[in-house]
Amino acid sequence: MTAAVFFGCTFIAFGPAISLFLFTIAREPLRVIFLIAGAFFWLVSLLLASLVWFISVQISNKESASQQKGLLIFGVVLSVLLQETFPAFHEVFKCFFCFFVLVSGLGFGFMSGAFSVVNILADSVGPGTVGIHGDSQHYFLSSAFMTMAIILLHMFWGVIFFDGCEKRRWFVVAAVVVSHLVVSCLTFQNPQYVSSLVPTYIIMLSMGIWAFYTAGGSLRNLKLCLTCKDKDFLLANHRPR
Amino acid sequence: MHYPLKITTFLLLCQKEQQQANTGPEPGQQPQEPPATRARSRGGSGAGAPDGGGGDGGGGNGTGPEQNGQPPTARPARVVDAEEEEDEEMTLKYGAKHVIMLFVPVTLCMVVVVATIKSVSFYTRNDGQRLIYTPFPEETDTVAQRAVNSILNATIMITVIIVMTLVLVLLYKYRCYKVIQGWLFLSSLLLLFFFSFIYLKEVFKTYNVAMDCITLAIVVWNFGVVGMICIHWKGPLRLQQAYLIMISALMALVFIKYLPEWTAWLILAVISVYDLLAVLCPKGPLRILVETAQERNEPIFPALIYSSTMVWLVNMADTDRPKRNSAEAGSVQQPTQESAVESPAPSSPSQDDGGFTSSWVSQQQHRLGPLQSTEETRREIQQMPSARPPVEDDDEERGVKLGLGDFIFYSMLVGKASATASGDWNTTLACFVAILIGLCLTLLLLAIFRKALPALPISIFFGLVFYFATDNLVRPFMDQLALHQFYI
Repeated sequence: MTAAVFFGCTFIAFGPAISLFLFTIAREPLRVIFLIAGAFFWLVSLLLASLVWFISVQISNKESASQQKGLLIFGVVLSVLLQETFPAFHEVFKCFFCFFVLVSGLGFGFMSGAFSVVNILADSVGPGTVGIHGDSQHYFLSSAFMTMAIILLHMFWGVIFFDGCEKRRWFVVAAVVVSHLVVSCLTFQNPQYVSSLVPTYIIMLSMGIWAFYTAGGSLRNLKLCLTCKDKDFLLANHRPR
Repeated sequence: MHYPLKITTFLLLCQKEQQQANTGPEPGQQPQEPPATRARSRGGSGAGAPDGGGGDGGGGNGTGPEQNGQPPTARPARVVDAEEEEDEEMTLKYGAKHVIMLFVPVTLCMVVVVATIKSVSFYTRNDGQRLIYTPFPEETDTVAQRAVNSILNATIMITVIIVMTLVLVLLYKYRCYKVIQGWLFLSSLLLLFFFSFIYLKEVFKTYNVAMDCITLAIVVWNFGVVGMICIHWKGPLRLQQAYLIMISALMALVFIKYLPEWTAWLILAVISVYDLLAVLCPKGPLRILVETAQERNEPIFPALIYSSTMVWLVNMADTDRPKRNSAEAGSVQQPTQESAVESPAPSSPSQDDGGFTSSWVSQQQHRLGPLQSTEETRREIQQMPSARPPVEDDDEERGVKLGLGDFIFYSMLVGKASATASGDWNTTLACFVAILIGLCLTLLLLAIFRKALPALPISIFFGLVFYFATDNLVRPFMDQLALHQFYI
């Protein structure tokens, strides 16, 4: 519970996302706007899910803890489904740049990660002992890693989802929704972090590879890029704006 | 403390098409382009960027070998289509650039306010002091009484605002520029010296920094004098922008401290409605102001407008102020940075050709000095587009302007959200995103309608909706999720 924990967890959670933002989005004003629009849409979907959950809690039995937990799980599932409906609105923006999908997916991820972890980070600055009542001592660290996975996953899901919508491949869309649900349901097993984090990371890596190939990448491109021999990439970066 | 109020009016300016018509030709524009497209692209900007979807990149007269077999009518249509598409993209990119030029200062102002609220407890502490404009206390026994008190407070406040707007409009209509100028000058004096002194004092108290009077006096004196120079006269653009952001943040902090909670939310809602009415109704004071300024062909109160670009000075004779003109005459060929004069101006992205500048009288809680000088107004008048030298760099010159009142109310909303919401950072984040999206939408509407628009309503509406929804609905949900470490 020190500044070290705070900064460490912040950078774990948001490091990849912020570096993505700085390298690909910060230079183009239109992409920044799409990022914020993505964040906004995620927020709206969360609002609707919370509304439904709130109403269901009000009309339910507040004493029963298992019922509350069940309602919470229902709320989680509902919010996941709502989140997946919002990218459908992005059909409207199809005429715009292809980067849009990645950017709005990152916006989704940013907002999702921020809402999950920001209060935890704020608490980690102050004094305290983690897990003093017998809970896990790795609360902060696991939250940070989970957040990073979620942010990147949102971005990958956005790319794959949009591609599936565009090519009318509904099994792709369904796969995205199902994997989102799976990841959320895996978190129900917290604090057994091994059983929730490891599968999440496996799913994240596979989604990442799938998104990479969906976006037109290939091993050849990757090799050229890594060895700085990709002429298109180099030319693109020198293009006058 | 005794604070007279200044009325705030908010307008958004659209870009005048004549200005674009006067400036240099855009790259890649073809003469056969229909005027509507030209006007639209002018209004957008000159930023051209080839895009994969753009088809013929800007070349209207490209006649590829594949077009030989086509009937002649197809070619102009195709050319116009391609150009229209490219115009749209250029418009979009230019518009996006302007939106970001406003996002950054609004974000900075909000960050300053939230950081101060979270660290300096002075601004969230209830000292029992109230403004004279909100005399009814909110620490009452019953909820109904509290509601009534807050409604009364908001009514008084909005009445004061309306009265002061009318006074301002009358002063402007009868050409009492000196009075307005003196008023604005005193206001900015107060903000830059007194309020910043209090702010520094509280920051030192929070961090337990010992500071002697002499150092403090030197620091505050320098800060204030440089601020007055930058805002009312000339200064580097970035410094002037920084000062405008700082005084907006200071003003927002004062509001957050001295307005009780329910009163603050009510005032935000009511002032958005007032802004809408004042700008869009035919008899609205702000509309009258704008139209008067249009008739006289002069900008309204360049003061208290945040400007994102430099303003070109024009060599124009002005018998009223020979001294100032001689200083300006020498710089006619070079673009010189001119500080946007502080003025009680409504927020408005406007073009700097004046005419449509919306004046925004900001609410001040102290004896407002004139934040705008008449000389500045005169100088703004002289910077009319018709006298401007042709510009090569179109988009850089036509920046956006937003009145400081908008900065103040946006920051006040976000600051109040972070001060009072028990959901803490989630609520603050939600309000922040909501306000930015509202600003984006407002600018989009501005680009579509091309007339003076109020900048407050959409953002404040989104901000309020998201504040109450997040605080009451999302916060319990997220708390439960965080407790069990569920992720969505």
